[in-house]
Amino acid sequence: MKKRWSLAHLEERVMRAIMLLACSLLVAVLAAILITIFVRGLPYLDLDLITKTPKGGFFLGGEGGILNAIVGSLLLAGGGTFLALLVSLPIAFGINVYTGASRLASLMRLTLDVLWGIPSLVYGAFGFTIMIAFGMRASLGAGILVLTLLQIPIMVRAMDEVMRMVPIELNQAALSLGATRLEAARSVLVRQALPGLVTAVLLAFGRGMGDAASVLFTAGFSDRIPTSLASPTASLPLAVFFQLGSPFPDVRGNGYATALVLTIVILIISSLSRLLARRLSRNVIR
Amino acid sequence: METHIKIRDLNVHYNKVHALKDINLDIPRGQITVIIGPSGCGKSTLLKTLNRFHDLTDDTRVTGNVELDGVNLYAPDVEVTEVRTKVGLIAQRPFPLPMSIFENVAYGMRIHKLARNGKELREKVQHYLEIGGLWDEVKDRLNTPARDLSIGQQQRLCLARGLAVEPQVILGDEPTSSLDPISAKFIEERLEELKKEYTVVLVSHVLRQARHLADYLVFMYLGEVVEAGPAEQVLDQPKNDRTRAYLQGEFY
Repeated sequence: MKKRWSLAHLEERVMRAIMLLACSLLVAVLAAILITIFVRGLPYLDLDLITKTPKGGFFLGGEGGILNAIVGSLLLAGGGTFLALLVSLPIAFGINVYTGASRLASLMRLTLDVLWGIPSLVYGAFGFTIMIAFGMRASLGAGILVLTLLQIPIMVRAMDEVMRMVPIELNQAALSLGATRLEAARSVLVRQALPGLVTAVLLAFGRGMGDAASVLFTAGFSDRIPTSLASPTASLPLAVFFQLGSPFPDVRGNGYATALVLTIVILIISSLSRLLARRLSRNVIR
Repeated sequence: METHIKIRDLNVHYNKVHALKDINLDIPRGQITVIIGPSGCGKSTLLKTLNRFHDLTDDTRVTGNVELDGVNLYAPDVEVTEVRTKVGLIAQRPFPLPMSIFENVAYGMRIHKLARNGKELREKVQHYLEIGGLWDEVKDRLNTPARDLSIGQQQRLCLARGLAVEPQVILGDEPTSSLDPISAKFIEERLEELKKEYTVVLVSHVLRQARHLADYLVFMYLGEVVEAGPAEQVLDQPKNDRTRAYLQGEFY
């Protein structure tokens, strides 16, 4: 049973090397980004930055912080995610419970995939033209609506994928007890897919939180915390964008600190939802 | 012999495949009917007509009558959920619902409102777990996930869950084929016990099991019922040559 040289052996080694290389590349890129943000941003990260709104001349190196952008981003992404959830869940359900493997379902999937691929700037421009037609100004409400459009395809496709993973026999088990399709979907599909559904919502939330181009025209920017859906609203990605473009080193430092805040917020939210997903997967049948 | 399920001129088409051809069959009440035949002969297809599971696939067409106590299950005014409540199914592989052991048995009773209060529900869950022969093993962990049970225990849970909606007929699609011999024997014993109150229809490709369990035997071949009759008669004096050949193990 001595090891012998063979083509299969060589193939195995080459493939393993390629995979290792690809994985390390990915980790290295992530590490490089995180290190850059930390090294450049951490010295500028203080309590003022996250608890104060910008005072006059903040973007020229003046006093204040980015509380407006933190609150703005949470409101924008939170609102968008909530509305997208209201639309996405029925779509995902519809595709999986009622249309199954039909032509309508594959048409829906294709449509969503195309929508997913559309650059967010296009969503922003699209939202902007509609706003102009209705005489609306850049506002929290408009930003939320455009983010909703951006998030729906992401959320539906992610939900769809986890729902498709639910074994058909599991659904049949509920149906064989005389459950209606909706009862079976509620008790089996939702429970079984729940951890994945949480992940889908999180994925869409992260996208909403991090996207700059879609809110650029539609939510605008403001130094104040929004007081209503009609107020223009700041967001973290745009705050990063404006500050990093500054000629002043201190402002650029604040920009990296803002990016750090954005990363930390997303990290906290994904950890929490992962924790939640783990709790919810207690009963999942494998 | 009193007929419980009367099948008349039943045909099933999948796409362009003619899967069941002019089936006429009387399934006796309170007995175990076992459907045997080589794989692909339409055993499971026939079984699925009895709880209208073909409704779930778009390109399947069922024509003809399946009458349960004189009521045609395919009549337009018949509610499919009611059919499936009266005709329970034990699948080939156990699939517990993604819930606790207790909730698995309570599920059907909840959707059909078969228990008036929590106390009655708990009593009934215990009752059906006892019939399934699982109560003693799980009574201290009713609220743990059903997926933690062994596969044999899961199949008994599925049996208890199915009985809890008070069916008249129990279908089994090779219900022991995924189980170890001891669990399989246990399920077989349960089924023999249950035929006192229920009509049992099983699909089996294990001749030993058919010999052991069947009161009434149906032999199918290429989508047709070749021979059906009391088990001893079909086993000992088959009228059809193909039945004899199959029983002697000449083909599977």
